[in-house]
Amino acid sequence: MTAPQTAPTARPAARPAGRPVAITGMGALTPLGPDVGALQEGLLAGRSGVRLLDDPVFAELPARLAATADLTGRLERLEARTLDRVQQLALVAAREAWADAGEPEVEPERLAVVIGSGIGGALTILGQYDVLHQHGPRRVSPHLVPMLMPNGPAATVGLALGARAGVHTPVSACASGAEALALALDLLRSGRADVVVAGGAEACVHPLPMAGFAQMRALSTRHDEPEAASRPYDKGRDGFVLGEGAGVVVLETEEHALARGARVHGRLAGAGLASDAHHVTAPDPTGSGAARSIGLALRDAGLEPTDLGHINAHATSTPLGDIAESRAFAAALGGHRPAVTATKSCTGHLLGAAGAVEAIATVTALRDGIVAPIRNLDDLDDEADVDAVRLVPRQVAHEAALSTSFGFGGHDVSLVFLR
Amino acid sequence: MTTTAPAELLAGLAEVLEEVAGTPADKVVPEAAFDADLDIDSLTMVEVVVACEERFGVRIPDEALEQMTTVGDAVSYISGAAA
Repeated sequence: MTAPQTAPTARPAARPAGRPVAITGMGALTPLGPDVGALQEGLLAGRSGVRLLDDPVFAELPARLAATADLTGRLERLEARTLDRVQQLALVAAREAWADAGEPEVEPERLAVVIGSGIGGALTILGQYDVLHQHGPRRVSPHLVPMLMPNGPAATVGLALGARAGVHTPVSACASGAEALALALDLLRSGRADVVVAGGAEACVHPLPMAGFAQMRALSTRHDEPEAASRPYDKGRDGFVLGEGAGVVVLETEEHALARGARVHGRLAGAGLASDAHHVTAPDPTGSGAARSIGLALRDAGLEPTDLGHINAHATSTPLGDIAESRAFAAALGGHRPAVTATKSCTGHLLGAAGAVEAIATVTALRDGIVAPIRNLDDLDDEADVDAVRLVPRQVAHEAALSTSFGFGGHDVSLVFLR
Repeated sequence: MTTTAPAELLAGLAEVLEEVAGTPADKVVPEAAFDADLDIDSLTMVEVVVACEERFGVRIPDEALEQMTTVGDAVSYISGAAA
């Protein structure tokens, strides 16, 4: 069966704009450092979190670059033993976000959690498979199942915060973190929760997933210059760099945030979700699904393309993806060309955490009126028609910004934020 | 298999609990209940059992585990099984 071709200009169905929700807390554990401050500082300085993996287990891989996060000293002993790394990352980021929000008083039945992950507890399933083969089934950890399940990070955060309004896990590969925020927006607007802790986490720096990505020819092999390997929109880009980390935000209805006098970093004003139905991994070269998600997000926020002051692009540094996305911007925004930044140039690609971490980067840029440069963008690809921020941060006083996330499976998620 | 004295077993179990669950050694007394006093849940208890089996060279079947509520219960079972 052949998928029907859709015109790239297909109009989104009419739907009235929804209410924005307040972002009152943010937490991020990324290759750029332990918290949101380190993320923002690293992005503005254009610092790279990418390194060459020197452990012998990676020696035979054709692609050996990664951007890893540091959990040293961040967890209790029992947490370290009974939680997969992806759960640990989510928990640390959630604790930062919750503290940043001032530990809001909310009835447990009105507090929900939505944490996405692309892969879940990959390191546990792979490590315990080795245990099974080397030592037999009685040595397999009794914690295996809750550590490998993809809803593990959400469950861990839900337990830690005592959330009883529902704990959810969108799984949409590299769009998971963004989809989590979109679902949180729905939960708040529909009155199913007053506060939602939402984000994404990923931890799969292991030879097997990396070998799989390498076999797809998706990874950069610029081993001689790790810090120059992730280079969205640059002519010399040759693939993405795998990263790990987590980003979590605390979202509240504006009424709830106002009633408790919460400090508000910004507002999530709209979400747009679409799917390509084109190919399981290759982006639709016209960018039509991506463009539709952008159009839907703007409509949901009640905004026009010209309201956007900057875009935090998905821009993974793959040859095809970056171009398809730039076409989507042109299709969705007409002649408007906001400043474009690409967080992955510094952090690598955090897969299911990317959308959440980049949402945080978008909100801090919008709040402070300063957009970080795209690292390693020496020679802009002729086909990438974007107003890329290069070399130094750019002051942009603006009221609205867009963050895009796309995932294997043809998932397109766009989020629109207001100051 | 040589018999291990209960005091030695208690000290050994305390080391296992410290390693598996981070339990402070001074809390590992015969009357301490694994769940209520030491906060060891059923999954972590399975880890404790496997570690004890290796350390003391005994087999602790699930039926025995069900009867093992306190540290003292565990010490008596292991002591009996290893005798």
